[in-house]
Amino acid sequence: MSEILSYSFMQNAFLAGILVSIACGIVGTLVVLKKMVFISGGVAHSAYGGVGLAFYLGFNPVLGAIAFSMMASFVMGIIQRQTRQRQDTLIGVMWAMGMAIGILFADMTPGYKADLMSYLFGSILAVTRTDLLLMLAVDVIVIVLITLFYKELQASAFDETFARVRNLPVDLLYIILIALIGLVVVMLMRVVGLIMIIALLTVPAAIGSLFLKNMKHIMGLATVLSLLFTTSGLLLSYFFNLTSGATIILVAGAAYLVALLIHRSCKPCQA
Amino acid sequence: MSIVQKRTTQQNVPLVEIKNLSASYDFDAVLSEVNLTMHANDFVGLIGPNGGGKTTLLKIILGLMKPQVGTVRILGEPPEIGRRHIGYVPQFAIYDADFPISVRDVVRMGRLNRKKLLKPYTAEDDTIVTERLAWMNILDLQDRALRELSGGQRQRVYIARALATEPDILLLDEPTASVDVDAQSIIYELLQEINNRGVAILLISHDLNVISSYVKTIGCLNRRLFYHGKKEVTAEMLEASYGCPVELIAHGLPHRVLAEHKSNQK
Repeated sequence: MSEILSYSFMQNAFLAGILVSIACGIVGTLVVLKKMVFISGGVAHSAYGGVGLAFYLGFNPVLGAIAFSMMASFVMGIIQRQTRQRQDTLIGVMWAMGMAIGILFADMTPGYKADLMSYLFGSILAVTRTDLLLMLAVDVIVIVLITLFYKELQASAFDETFARVRNLPVDLLYIILIALIGLVVVMLMRVVGLIMIIALLTVPAAIGSLFLKNMKHIMGLATVLSLLFTTSGLLLSYFFNLTSGATIILVAGAAYLVALLIHRSCKPCQA
Repeated sequence: MSIVQKRTTQQNVPLVEIKNLSASYDFDAVLSEVNLTMHANDFVGLIGPNGGGKTTLLKIILGLMKPQVGTVRILGEPPEIGRRHIGYVPQFAIYDADFPISVRDVVRMGRLNRKKLLKPYTAEDDTIVTERLAWMNILDLQDRALRELSGGQRQRVYIARALATEPDILLLDEPTASVDVDAQSIIYELLQEINNRGVAILLISHDLNVISSYVKTIGCLNRRLFYHGKKEVTAEMLEASYGCPVELIAHGLPHRVLAEHKSNQK
């Protein structure tokens, strides 16, 4: 164990796990409770367009991903709010188009492009100091905004019409939430990759909401679970020489199945 | 008596004033020339068939939809502002039945408003929440998870949440849909108590039988509103609103009205 921690890339990886879990647990809880899993998947996948564009133009892919995921968040958010029909179709189409744009830009970029794969499947071992600082910044933004608007976000997740009748700024709250999803997506991209983000974003919160009835507690438990999944997934991938992102996701998925079984068979656990 | 009542009686403005209201989706008229005025202490039940414009009327009163013609005022204000005086109890079928939240936390949402943004709940909020839970007889359930409760208990939670807003008007959409018969009468008796505390009530339902024994006045809504500020429902009102002949059978019970479709109806 001490040997693992002596590598600086491993230290960075574990730190990344901690930083990512905080934002993931908090925002993931709102994503699950507000039933925004599909739209989050759409935001994540369309961010790949930004990665491809950044490769083509030669700037930092993280910035490209932020630009695309923010844009996708707002467009999908507007689609979900305004359009009465075919929301899921529109989001699904944007989901695939983002990926397609990324791939075409990659085609047009000359030279070696293996690094592009790391954004799709994650590369927690390649996390840099800059990445860590970016993750810390996202955590701070998430914690500040969620603390400021906690009760309103909870109310609009539970019953948006009631919140609107109370004259709460539900559209603004929705924009804040979806922008946060965009940021968290970029942050998780480094850890598990764009393709698998939805699982890490939602599984910890989904487990928490099975057993707890207080949203703050669910956010706390989801953070702890997310840390548990990233850390154990990382260790497993190290010892068995596996892809870290995929290992983390499988650990999370297996834990979710176990949690569902426990929840079904144990009446007193059902809060 | 509550603070609420003092405020409304001082102002002497109708709680709800709907004038010459017409609304349509695309080219289908859903509501036409609807007029309705509500005053303090009213307890109005509006019945009508499904698709008769009940939900649309409700959305317009709540400022969630704009009418094509006519005006709506809530205590003299347009609905987008005036709705702060309304305690809204939606049809609870729309909720996520698994949402993890405690009963008290749901009721406390009634304390939220624009002024509360960026501010914490106060001791006064907690006092009001406790009081409203007690009004609805669910104080002992306050720490339970909402998803553990029966349909009737849940409906009382939503009414308590609406009351926590300290409303002048309580607006209920099908309050006893998906609630069993015993729980229905409990809910209506609690609504009568609330009305006696000085909160006006407007409830919308397709179930004439249940509401007619509890409300003070009754109206029929099917595109047009037939409302004369009276308790009795006439055969003409029902015929006009349901669009088919309806038989009224008066039982020994006072104010009990029963509508029955004739057998020659399809």
